[in-house]
Amino acid sequence: MRVTGLRKSFGNHEVLKGIDLQVTPGEVVCVIGPSGSGKSTLLRCVNLLEKPTSGTVELLGVDITDPDADIDKVRAHVGMVFQAFNLFPHKTVLGNLTLAQVKVLGRSREEAEEVAMRNLRHVGLADRATAYPAQLSGGQQQRVAIARSLSMDPRLMLFDEPTSSLDPELVGDVLAVMRDLAAEGMTMLVVTHEMAFAREVSHRVIFMDDGAIVEQGPAAQVIGSPRTARAKLFLHRVLHPTEIAEAELGETEPIDPVLDREEWEELHGS
Amino acid sequence: MSQQSARGFEDLDLRPSGRLSPRKRARVTRGVQYVVLLAAVAAILASVNWTLMREKIFTLEAIRNAAPNIPHAFGNTLLYTLGAFGVSLTLGTVLALMKLSSVKVYRWLATAYIEFFRGLPALLIVFAVAYGLPMTLGVRIPSLFLKAAIALGVVSSAYMAESLRAGIQAVPKGQVEAARSLGMTHSKALIHVVFPQAIRIVLPPVTNEIILLTKDTSLVYVAGMTLAEWELSKLARESLAEPVGGLTALFAIGALYLVITLPLGFVVRRLEKSFGKAKA
Repeated sequence: MRVTGLRKSFGNHEVLKGIDLQVTPGEVVCVIGPSGSGKSTLLRCVNLLEKPTSGTVELLGVDITDPDADIDKVRAHVGMVFQAFNLFPHKTVLGNLTLAQVKVLGRSREEAEEVAMRNLRHVGLADRATAYPAQLSGGQQQRVAIARSLSMDPRLMLFDEPTSSLDPELVGDVLAVMRDLAAEGMTMLVVTHEMAFAREVSHRVIFMDDGAIVEQGPAAQVIGSPRTARAKLFLHRVLHPTEIAEAELGETEPIDPVLDREEWEELHGS
Repeated sequence: MSQQSARGFEDLDLRPSGRLSPRKRARVTRGVQYVVLLAAVAAILASVNWTLMREKIFTLEAIRNAAPNIPHAFGNTLLYTLGAFGVSLTLGTVLALMKLSSVKVYRWLATAYIEFFRGLPALLIVFAVAYGLPMTLGVRIPSLFLKAAIALGVVSSAYMAESLRAGIQAVPKGQVEAARSLGMTHSKALIHVVFPQAIRIVLPPVTNEIILLTKDTSLVYVAGMTLAEWELSKLARESLAEPVGGLTALFAIGALYLVITLPLGFVVRRLEKSFGKAKA
């Protein structure tokens, strides 16, 4: 996957301000940063759920920003896992896993079910194949969503804050599945707030703020000893939320670029 | 009292302020409501002239006179309803998709259609289809069934389109995104993911629309109908002209409308319940 000069505006508001990013096969890249920094928009631009304003996105060797490219063919092999799971509520777990296999890949029902069951075993939910999504916990739903993507034989998996809407005690199950995937060599781009996951599993961590990549490098370095002031502040506040003294409260403001021009200029050199 | 010590509650006055506590007061109010209801029912029962009432609305002879025509009138009411529903659903679906189209002109056209036909009385449209079309455009619609289906269907489709559009839009955006990210084309996502969920949402309003159509078939008589084409309301109007029975036929035929609409209402409530369950 290769993103070059990616920009995205909603109206007058520029959310992505020129992103260059490459993910090589087998690599696990985590994207961290404050809300509103453009992490999720970046991920959604990667498989064209949002149309980039300018720049190119190359996926599995295809420039999908080229109007002549068949985006549906590429998407079939790029898994996407959403914060809100987005399982199909009118289908059983098995139905969720087989629908696209049959309708997009043209697999037979038997073959699709076989693949589906293999992936359900993979995420530890083979016994819930006949359940409806509404009957599952959030953690189970997210694991089904991962299995649904895996059933398409993806070469790249995109995760958009996969654990952000889960009860705290269910987060671990989902992360365990993702850790397995990473160990198996799956190429993954993960937008997350789970610093422990980023530190342990990812090969590279990207810190984004205000629509730009501020800092990137090995997890231990970006999370352990960030170089930029913005990343330092963010990580301090995320990793030690109870240590924020009353005197520090004003420091939330750098998250809003308009209010802190100085810091913004320091980061972007403009 | 020092600043650190916890605050007590001895200084609050928590006794009921009136003579009765709120709960006791509610009980008395409820009792009064029952008494008023019973008094009203008793007053009505006593004041009605039952003999006259029976003569005017429950004369068996009047029902016997109308009886030979009831089966086909009942059938025609159902038939006109079904025809209109067919037109309404087809046209409504097209209009709903037009309203959701990315082509601006389609959206405008659909909106104009919906606003126009929603704002006109159905009776006027029946007149227009039956008499206006042949007079102005020379278009003569061959059967009364078709006239009814077109006139009522055209009006109903304006409402239908809004219900269908709302149903499609009520399906969360994430559903389409999930389908698209699995490689489905836009139309595959609509067919396999959006429509099956939208149908559950629109079934109650669509069933309601059938109930409304059933009642609107009472307007078709203005197009002029032969005996074989009578529906329930025409039969009721003709029966009113009979010398005996007064309003009897009217009441009997009102009951027949309920025979159609009450089960539909029941179905709507059942559907709403069962879909509520599937979601929880």
